[in-house]
Amino acid sequence: MSGLRVIVGCKRVIDYAVKIRVKPDKTGVITDGVKHSMNPFDEIAVEEAVRMKEKKLASEVIAVSCGPIQCQETLRTAMAMGADKSIHVEVDAATYENLQPLHVAKILSKVAQEEKADIVFTGKQAIDDDCNQTGQMVAALLDWPQATFASKIEKANGELTVTREIDGGLETIKVQVPAVLTADLRLNEPRYATLPNIMKAKKKPMAKKKPADYGVDVGPRQSILKVEDPPVRQAGSKLDSVETLVTKLRDAGLVPS
Amino acid sequence: MLARRQALRLALAGLRCKIAGTRINAQLGKVAILSSTNTQDLGRIQCRRCLSTTSSMRAQQTPATVDLKKPAESEGAEGGIYQAKEAKPILKEPLAKNLFLGKLNPEFLVYPEVSKEELEFLTELVKPIEKFFTQLDSKSIDEKAKIPDDVLQQLKDLGLFGLQIPEEYGGLNLDATGFARICEVTSLDGAIAVTLAAHQSIGLKGILIAGNDEQKQKYLPELATGEKVAAFCLTEPSSGSDAASIQTKATLSEDGQTFYLNGGKIWISNGGIADVFTVFAKTEVTTPEGEIQDKVTAFIVERNFGGITHGKPEDKLGIRGSNTCEVHFDNTPVPIENVLGEVGGGFKIAMRILNSGRFSMGSSGAGFLKVLINLTSEHATSRAQFGKKLSEFGLIQEKFSKLAVITYAMESMAYLTAGTLDSYDDPDMSVEAAMVKIFSSEGCWLCVSECLQVLGGLGYMKDYPYERYLRDTRILLIFEGTNEILRLFVALQGVQHAGKTMKELLKKLRNPLNNPSLMFKAAWRRSRGKSVIGPEVLKLEGEVHPELEQEAKILDQGIVAFGGAVEDVLSEFGNKVVHEQMKLRRLADICIDLFAMIACISRSSRSICIGLRNADHEILLTRAFCYEADQRIKRNLYELQPSKKVKKEIDDIHRQIADSIFKQNGYAAEHPLARNY
Repeated sequence: MSGLRVIVGCKRVIDYAVKIRVKPDKTGVITDGVKHSMNPFDEIAVEEAVRMKEKKLASEVIAVSCGPIQCQETLRTAMAMGADKSIHVEVDAATYENLQPLHVAKILSKVAQEEKADIVFTGKQAIDDDCNQTGQMVAALLDWPQATFASKIEKANGELTVTREIDGGLETIKVQVPAVLTADLRLNEPRYATLPNIMKAKKKPMAKKKPADYGVDVGPRQSILKVEDPPVRQAGSKLDSVETLVTKLRDAGLVPS
Repeated sequence: MLARRQALRLALAGLRCKIAGTRINAQLGKVAILSSTNTQDLGRIQCRRCLSTTSSMRAQQTPATVDLKKPAESEGAEGGIYQAKEAKPILKEPLAKNLFLGKLNPEFLVYPEVSKEELEFLTELVKPIEKFFTQLDSKSIDEKAKIPDDVLQQLKDLGLFGLQIPEEYGGLNLDATGFARICEVTSLDGAIAVTLAAHQSIGLKGILIAGNDEQKQKYLPELATGEKVAAFCLTEPSSGSDAASIQTKATLSEDGQTFYLNGGKIWISNGGIADVFTVFAKTEVTTPEGEIQDKVTAFIVERNFGGITHGKPEDKLGIRGSNTCEVHFDNTPVPIENVLGEVGGGFKIAMRILNSGRFSMGSSGAGFLKVLINLTSEHATSRAQFGKKLSEFGLIQEKFSKLAVITYAMESMAYLTAGTLDSYDDPDMSVEAAMVKIFSSEGCWLCVSECLQVLGGLGYMKDYPYERYLRDTRILLIFEGTNEILRLFVALQGVQHAGKTMKELLKKLRNPLNNPSLMFKAAWRRSRGKSVIGPEVLKLEGEVHPELEQEAKILDQGIVAFGGAVEDVLSEFGNKVVHEQMKLRRLADICIDLFAMIACISRSSRSICIGLRNADHEILLTRAFCYEADQRIKRNLYELQPSKKVKKEIDDIHRQIADSIFKQNGYAAEHPLARNY
């Protein structure tokens, strides 16, 4: 079990602190000139993978990102945090608008097979689409066990013991390797990439590939009809008695009279 | 980088303008833009030349302007920090000093660029630092007047203590542009910015620029990681601006192997936490004529040499987290191996150290100002009074425009200076750096005050960061050379340069009867406010995008008139001009405005030529700046006119008023209610 090879999926998303604005033509959100960074949950995954390497559980950490050329910034951040090398699967900007978790999952599975990975690690979901699907789909495609929403990962006797955050509380499961893991918020606190590490990361290899190299068709399966702001919240009103409340509800047609 | 500039111009004749949606017809190095579709409001643009290709041709035709020097093996103490990877040309014609002659090499209207890779690299470097600084508790650092040890350690781990130290000693080897970029982010916390600057911009800079290999090998590695912190010890109770008058003494031992330091320094940043000090002391030097003189020598002093004590941290108005204290040397033994540079050459080293870091104040100022402007504009667009948002009121709009214009000028000047520092082989940009410092410090003080004003009462509260930034910013006008001293420096350096060139001319001008034709030329030129020696007109509008034609003309007229004013001042006062501080101040102010205009015009010209986002906004910023600068320059030129022309000079009035105040030991006017009987 020593020397696990870990693939970490990193997605480049709009920075969490940015105020999102919808494009005037309602086809999407404004991304031009907006600050982007690595999906925070993916950062946590990278951090965990690097810590596994420091604990000698993992032998190599490979960061992977699918998307336009700007994704290379994200990969360099991952390498500055400690990933050994990275793979950029280039998807042009137009196709990227309709790229879905299933496409990414297919790509990641093929990368995992090609790199003979033991673990595929991603964040639990991306903060732009909140899909929460990619990790699970990779596991299904590869027929690997999955430990999602991980908040603690330990190794014991050739297996991984993972504590998961679920609606009811915490669940601890054991998974055999190879496996898919997805990171939840409390797994760890990602380190700052130090400037000397950023300089060292410049020398680390970044492979540039295309989805076709992995035999994956990234043609759109969906088309976006409309993107708009959520409706402005209407102010509520305070009522002085239950009777008034019932009358109001009846008038609004919300309660059968 | 010079080659890149030329390549940029020629490449732009093809690629980028195509992308920006214009058709190019490149003929003989001239670029004609026939129609433009990229900036909606500007419609059809007809222009003869875009992006000065002519200056590149000029550079090729006049090899005197460009001298290629062999890289790396630069001589001893002059060896710059900026390791030349490729041969860098020598800057033959100075920028600022030539303005005093009414001249400008149009080369300087091409804004410096970095390569795509360099830009990506710098953007990457900045990200983790930005993240770190936005999560800092600056309020508590200010309240407790201390940077917590773990924060300091994190700064060291991030690599911020060795930004300009070469890689071989464990540093990041950033050039001037890279350093300026990082300073944009570190300025978000004033105390930390000053701690870092005291360590690397001045504390260890001496070792970088004047140290020998043994000294570098011994000290730089530990300074790069922050294991040891550095400090710069020059100021004494009786020697602030007058640095040459320091009294700390270094006496050589009998055996000539050790210097013994005795004296006290005050207001030393990092004085309480540093282990390596660059100390300036007076040493006895025997001149070639056999005289014994006291000259300043620079020493590298380690705290463990002994005899070094420091006082308690000073309680300051701003940058309270930065450690500032007295440092005393009591018979501190310093081995002669630790002399920095030559014995007696310390003053020059001190000046070179201070000159080398100054330009970054422009980018560090702009860095935090941009953050403040963002915060303030969010307030202005959400706060409503009288039924309207603040942003709809004219006075608020005027304020924001001024904020943006000053910030734009500040960063344009900083990166122009940094880019020129990086493009040439150890060029002398001390005057330009001083101008950046003067403009930026005063600009920051003004802008923070205005941002606070927009927030009204809220801005005055400690819950908001504005009052802290205001207090932190005040020191900028004082340290690293007070703005008054720097204005005199700018003016005197320029006037000295002009004087050298004009010596012959001035001699003739003082002898009118012997040179009648010259007198006619002089009278004709002077009657139109132009200089005699400089060109009549510079035709700068041909060097920039046609949108900036008016601004280029303003600059042109300003430079030419400035040359005339310098001539007038020199003719009237000659060498005695050293004592005419009020005149010198005006010369410096005009030069600063001209330099700022050059930076803004060249930057916005480049932006619109390559089609940057919001380039038309940049044009407006430049337009606004040039308008105001023009007004200021005209006023200063008016007040600079020789006393014969201007009746009852205002300067004389100032002098008389000041005289009375000092004679009466204070305010001299009688109380408004006073009676005579």
